[in-house]
Amino acid sequence: MKRDIITNILVCGIGGQGVMTAAEIIAQAAIAKGFDVKKSEVAGMAQRGGVVTSHVRFGRRVYSPVISPGTADILVAFEVAEGSRWADFLRPGGVAMVNTIRLAPPIVSAGLFKYPEDPVAQMRAAGVAVTDFDAGAIARALGDLRLINTVMLGAIADHLPFPAADLEARIVGRFQGSKPGMVEINRKAFAAGRDAARERTGGVRAAGE
Amino acid sequence: MSAAVQAKTNSRLLLSGNDAVARGVWEAGARVCAAYPGTPSTEILETLALFPDLYAEWSVNEKVALEVAIGASMSGARAFCAMKHVGLNVASDAFMTMTLAGVIGGLVIAVADDVGLSSSQNEQDSRYWGRFAHVPVLEPADSQEAYEMAKEAFELSERFDTPVLLRLTTRVCHVKAMITVGERKAVPNKGFVTDVKRWVMTPANAKNRLPKQIAREGELAKASEASALNVVEDGSDRRVGFVSSGPAAMHLRESFPDAPILKLGFSYPLPIERIKQFAATVERLVVVEETEPLIEQALKAAGLYAIHGKDILPRLGELTPDVLIPAIKTLLGEDVPATTTYPHFEPFPRPPTMCPACPHMGVYFTLHRLRKKVQIAGDIGCYTLGAGHPWNALDTTISMGASMGVALGMDKARDPEDQDKAILAVIGDSTFLHMGMQGLLDIVYNRGNVTALILDNRTTGMTGGQQHPGTGKDLHGGEAPRVDFAKLVEALGVKPERIKKVDPYLLPTLAKAIRDEIAIPEPSVIITDRPCVLSDFYEKHQPYQVVDDTCTGCGNCINVGCPAISVKRTAVKKREGASDVELKYVHIDAAMCTGCAMCVESCGPKAIIKAEKA
Repeated sequence: MKRDIITNILVCGIGGQGVMTAAEIIAQAAIAKGFDVKKSEVAGMAQRGGVVTSHVRFGRRVYSPVISPGTADILVAFEVAEGSRWADFLRPGGVAMVNTIRLAPPIVSAGLFKYPEDPVAQMRAAGVAVTDFDAGAIARALGDLRLINTVMLGAIADHLPFPAADLEARIVGRFQGSKPGMVEINRKAFAAGRDAARERTGGVRAAGE
Repeated sequence: MSAAVQAKTNSRLLLSGNDAVARGVWEAGARVCAAYPGTPSTEILETLALFPDLYAEWSVNEKVALEVAIGASMSGARAFCAMKHVGLNVASDAFMTMTLAGVIGGLVIAVADDVGLSSSQNEQDSRYWGRFAHVPVLEPADSQEAYEMAKEAFELSERFDTPVLLRLTTRVCHVKAMITVGERKAVPNKGFVTDVKRWVMTPANAKNRLPKQIAREGELAKASEASALNVVEDGSDRRVGFVSSGPAAMHLRESFPDAPILKLGFSYPLPIERIKQFAATVERLVVVEETEPLIEQALKAAGLYAIHGKDILPRLGELTPDVLIPAIKTLLGEDVPATTTYPHFEPFPRPPTMCPACPHMGVYFTLHRLRKKVQIAGDIGCYTLGAGHPWNALDTTISMGASMGVALGMDKARDPEDQDKAILAVIGDSTFLHMGMQGLLDIVYNRGNVTALILDNRTTGMTGGQQHPGTGKDLHGGEAPRVDFAKLVEALGVKPERIKKVDPYLLPTLAKAIRDEIAIPEPSVIITDRPCVLSDFYEKHQPYQVVDDTCTGCGNCINVGCPAISVKRTAVKKREGASDVELKYVHIDAAMCTGCAMCVESCGPKAIIKAEKA
């Protein structure tokens, strides 16, 4: 395991989607592996249905708590247009893990602004390596929409500088004891997210496909 | 239970800067802690409240919070208060004099600057208060330092007989980082001793304290020169040396790993001699500070003319690596590499919205319809969102409580021909108690023609739902005396017949109440009385749905502004002799809808009905 480099993970989405929780789990998993960790949150007004991001940085020693544009190793987007909003934060070759759900804010729904037709195609056309899948459909198939968080974490598990099992252990650890019934279903969601990402990372597809 | 409270001595854990400050304050033996909520400082007191062995309160405003802490300090107990940057403006009257009187029990004031403006009305640099009030300023850069400096601040406070400012920024408060904690120190309570010459600040007594304050500042300067909180982090690349403080120093260390940095944790009084010594070891000196050039100007005044600072760096916002690297490379005459590979997409703005069923929406839906007849002075809280889409029903927002005074000023300034437009003031419950009451009293006393709307949602909404004297609960959630807004405004002199309580979900009733009151040329108050949907007081009901065949696409319900309502299809209706009309057929998200029925009130063709149970 290389400890002289810093891993930058930018988690983005909309207030209420679980962005903060996902970032916290990644941070705790990194701490358990002995890394120094810093995690930045945008709170305040953004919580009211606005844009939410959390920056997770870990390595041997982390100074700045923020990820600069062009330096994120992984972008975890809980909503597809939000994925495109933060795509320029990726370093060359960084991975965008994108939930394809489209959530239009009231100003879009009212016709003041347009929702981009295909944000994933836009990103791919610009050369971004996007892995896109419907995390909501996977969660729904498993019977609980709240599992989206675990599905998304499963999806990035193969891109971390530590084994996927360590991330899974942090997720499952949240339910062991208090809600043992949630353990198995979260394991399934994690595996399903991981599979979905593997399946969709077959290579960068052509724009507009 | 918070990790900051549970963490055992010597344990290492991930804590936000706010939690770290709380832990440090508790370990320092503080007995009395007070605050008014304000982003990004709010969580400090919320965490302190969880410790069993200290007194913590939500005060009605920051001035009162500081006064509570002053009283505790005078009584010999270690005391603490926290506030956001603009909160210290409110508290400054007490602050400027108590720094003259000094302390018995250590007194620490945490003030959190919103550098980058994520949730405030301005971006001011609280370090100025150090110079203005002659008190020391400590500037932590991360959670570990926030924790350590909170403890050190109490020691400095008692050693130098002065309150101490702990200056935080958003990137300290809301960043989680690893910290190692210790244990609570037992600090004996010294008790109150009558000392009129010290505590009664008449001109004669204050005059006696002035020389002491000046002497104290000299001693503090010596302490700063010797302080371990000011450290040189040496580096091999001596082309540029940096003087920095707070999170900016962390961004610097990240950006220039080999550069020498003099990192100031004890930044006022400035350790001028140490900075001069440091300057002599590097080719160029650059001051990197958020946000104003305080250190830079002090160094120039001390004779270090050839330094850089705000000539090459921005004077606002955060000094993150993407800002620092190009500026310093340019200074050195180096090429500035492109930072990003991929383009920046800006799909559409996603501004914060009100929550589904928020009672404020009823008010703004109504005000939007009266828009041409009213001028609206607004205030600070969730309801400031009323300025945005789709309501566009706020004309001003300045500071906490300003709606009242601003409305009165608008009333008094208008020409007779403008009298047809009514003046309204809109304010929330917590903000009214914080600083709005005085303004309303002024409206009454000076016979203003203003209709004040007090949006009582029984919480401090925007900061996350804190208690206040109008909620009936204290900081710990226990029963507390509850102010009666109608009686309160009546006591301020509003005539009983000009005070109306209205359910904001009943749109026609609310519209009538506002129309009636603005027609009468004297002060009136309309109190809306539905709780915040995120509070414990809110009761959810069965959701609603749209009957597609009945929906005419008029779009009226969209103007309620509820995020649960979206447009599912549009059509264009041709009209002879008039412009086309865009029809908007809507859908209600049953997962978001809580059955408040406000949209039902707005729907002419009665196309919105209770959803069938799944």
